[in-house]
Amino acid sequence: MDIQVAKVGVVSCSGEEIPEGTLCRLACRKVLDERPGETVTICLPLFIAGGEEERTFAQNYPTITVDGCDKMCAAKATEMLSGKPARSLSVPEILKKHGLKPPDKLRHFGAGEEAAVQAVAEEIAKAVDEVLEEE
Amino acid sequence: MGKKHKKVVVLPCSGIGKVFGALARETAYELVERVRPGVATTTCLPLLVINDPEAVAKVKENPVITIDGCPKECARKSVEAAGGRVAKAHEAIKFYKEHKDLKPEGVAEVTETGRKLAEIAARELAKEVDELAAGEEK
Repeated sequence: MDIQVAKVGVVSCSGEEIPEGTLCRLACRKVLDERPGETVTICLPLFIAGGEEERTFAQNYPTITVDGCDKMCAAKATEMLSGKPARSLSVPEILKKHGLKPPDKLRHFGAGEEAAVQAVAEEIAKAVDEVLEEE
Repeated sequence: MGKKHKKVVVLPCSGIGKVFGALARETAYELVERVRPGVATTTCLPLLVINDPEAVAKVKENPVITIDGCPKECARKSVEAAGGRVAKAHEAIKFYKEHKDLKPEGVAEVTETGRKLAEIAARELAKEVDELAAGEEK
């Protein structure tokens, strides 16, 4: 008999135009790499460019969206095109909560951005735990 | 000669899981920040997915160069779905095929070799940016 292991979908804003978009990607990637058995992801534009399999992502997995600005593209796109997210996280709110400044560059993150990446990754991991518990 | 443009939008793939997505992104930043600042610009691809009016206007009013990370071509398809005009479409892997000595690595961000490849790719794409800005699209 197959044992179904619950997985949580993590959908990141890619925010090419803002440093918080890079922060989102790095933090999501960190969680995905550290918890490969419990998390999956999808490239957000695949909700439009992909097929049926991609559009049913949020119906197949309870999903956590992570956004870099108040336009909340990841949350809105997931709800509009796939299904209502289980959790919607906002990077500006997380940084505020942790007393951290937003990054000021688009690429080549290093030691100066590590605390912000770590804080966002921890909040995502916490949300993964909560969603898995609810499942 | 066609219409001159103040800006050329360079739009990379948003891929979060593949090295060529990261290479696409690095190439776009290289163009926007170092090689053609002031002319090359970008926007957030997810803004097109949610039909953000400012982002949609940007890709409708300016020529767009897309750099995709995989054959699913999210960047190109998203611009077209938003009603924008893709002037040039590329897949990032082609830059590696042309420069096999520079194998990019890294998923969220490319490492040093990938950065070198992105510098070369950006210089190559700069010619297209110049042509499109001058209204000399081929």
